[in-house]
Amino acid sequence: MTYVIIGNGIASLGAIDGIRKYDKKTPLTVIGAENTAAYGKPLTSYLLAGKIAPERLTIRPNEYYVGKKVDLKLGTTVVDIDLESNQVITSTGEKISFEKLLLATGGVPFTPRIKGVEGPEVYNFTAVKDAFKLITVLKDLKRAVVIGGGLIGLKAAESLYDRGVQVAVIEQAERIMSLAFDEEAAALIRRRVDDAGMLIRCSVNAKEIVYDKKGGLRGVLLDDGSFLEADAVVIAIGVNSNVGLARAADLKVGNGVIVDDHMQTSQEHIYAAGDVAQAKDVIFDKDKVVPVWSNAYTQGFHAGKNMAGKVSNYPGSLSMSSISFFGLPTISVGEVNPPVGDSAYESYSFCDERKQSYRKLVFKEDLLVGYVLVGDIDFAGMYTSFLKFKFKVDVHMRKKLSEGEPNVLMWPDDFFNKAWNPE
Amino acid sequence: MKRIYPDTEYCMGCRLCELACLTTHSESNDLVIAYTEERVKGVSARIKVFENEDCCVAISCRHCDEPQCVSVCISGALTKDDITGVTLYDIDKCVGCWSCLMACPYGAIQRNKLENTIIKCDLCEERAEGPACVEACPNRAIKYEER
Repeated sequence: MTYVIIGNGIASLGAIDGIRKYDKKTPLTVIGAENTAAYGKPLTSYLLAGKIAPERLTIRPNEYYVGKKVDLKLGTTVVDIDLESNQVITSTGEKISFEKLLLATGGVPFTPRIKGVEGPEVYNFTAVKDAFKLITVLKDLKRAVVIGGGLIGLKAAESLYDRGVQVAVIEQAERIMSLAFDEEAAALIRRRVDDAGMLIRCSVNAKEIVYDKKGGLRGVLLDDGSFLEADAVVIAIGVNSNVGLARAADLKVGNGVIVDDHMQTSQEHIYAAGDVAQAKDVIFDKDKVVPVWSNAYTQGFHAGKNMAGKVSNYPGSLSMSSISFFGLPTISVGEVNPPVGDSAYESYSFCDERKQSYRKLVFKEDLLVGYVLVGDIDFAGMYTSFLKFKFKVDVHMRKKLSEGEPNVLMWPDDFFNKAWNPE
Repeated sequence: MKRIYPDTEYCMGCRLCELACLTTHSESNDLVIAYTEERVKGVSARIKVFENEDCCVAISCRHCDEPQCVSVCISGALTKDDITGVTLYDIDKCVGCWSCLMACPYGAIQRNKLENTIIKCDLCEERAEGPACVEACPNRAIKYEER
């Protein structure tokens, strides 16, 4: 019996922990394409901003892999999965046998079809190597254009801004961060960004990345005819599931590799977790790819437990993010933009523009299904509890919750006692 | 493992646990100095008393078996000790992203806004007598025991 995990990101770490919780002996091989031990992907922007040194990227010490008895193969790419012989084949031709396999291959950066996008001085922003590339050219950067006005785009932009680069962000939607935030929250963040002097252009698309005759980057031509000069273009829109291997192995694939509640793919002995997987969602009835950091470990953990023979149901993904923009903390969890005109939903919001504080709770019937906090984020965890544990909330409780500062005494008594003071 | 269990039946809301925690985690180890001088610099109690109309309770990190804070931590600052079961916090690795604060459904994590770090119960690991809050509680409303 042997376990093989393809991928060495956070889902992989979760799986190692999950497997080793129940099986301390069976050989476990982890194959990572990148040359570094598992690192905090969201730290990429901290690294680019110069806020942390490269040594701080790794999220588990070297002893971790030794302690967990992991045979770690870094800088190794898997090119094929042979289901006849149950082997994975690496780019160097090495064959590694498995009995249980986990695909934790993550995502690949989404690249828009723009003329010139394949040229020089165009960077992605999903892996730490992208940040390292940008850091080596920083001293020559005066202006940069970031394509993508979502969470990752704005973080990339802020990091460059922190390094003294003049940054412009372009976003095709009519406002920034239209997925994670509602209009009011996005407007508060926007004001913060504007005050810092960073340019944001919404409702525009990049039409062409323009080079001079010598092949040097000149800038980005937008579809409204305007032109933004740039020494670097950063594409930071997001990721698509990296499903190549799964497709080749004939696994069932939707937007990501389709998995059941045990994180099992359409092949009984193959599992998937993280950005590559399309798994159960807490709020939406359908399976979804929720490519956010916070779900990946848990998916991996449940996959690992099931791989080790401990039946474990994945509770479902919850899209959540906690990110500060120019020092303004923000948290977005669950469904924050309910469909307009749907009477099943009810939203409560509170905004103090002067304090740059915003709070919005979204209820669907008698459940809290989403919330946004900007500025005052200290009670986020309590809101998460109502969402996660699906406490029923009547009108009175909905009002009380929306007033802010919820606490554990608002939980149902029996649940409270079970959680905090069990027999 | 031994954990801290709060009991609403016995809690009177006196907040002596908060003061004991604050003192133990201060540099001076002196209640008055900790309260008057160190608090403004970000030293804080890691246990917090909440109350409503009819009861109160002291809340601190539960050191969960499968902690959400560890699974969402982006920097590796929060980890689980496989042997002791303690949910460990390494302040030097923390970048202050507040992901743990968002994910912990027990509301047991606070932020230190001045330092961009978090404040969380460490079970007074370095204290031979065990958690200071438990020792200070006059009504045995928080117990430290194996269950």
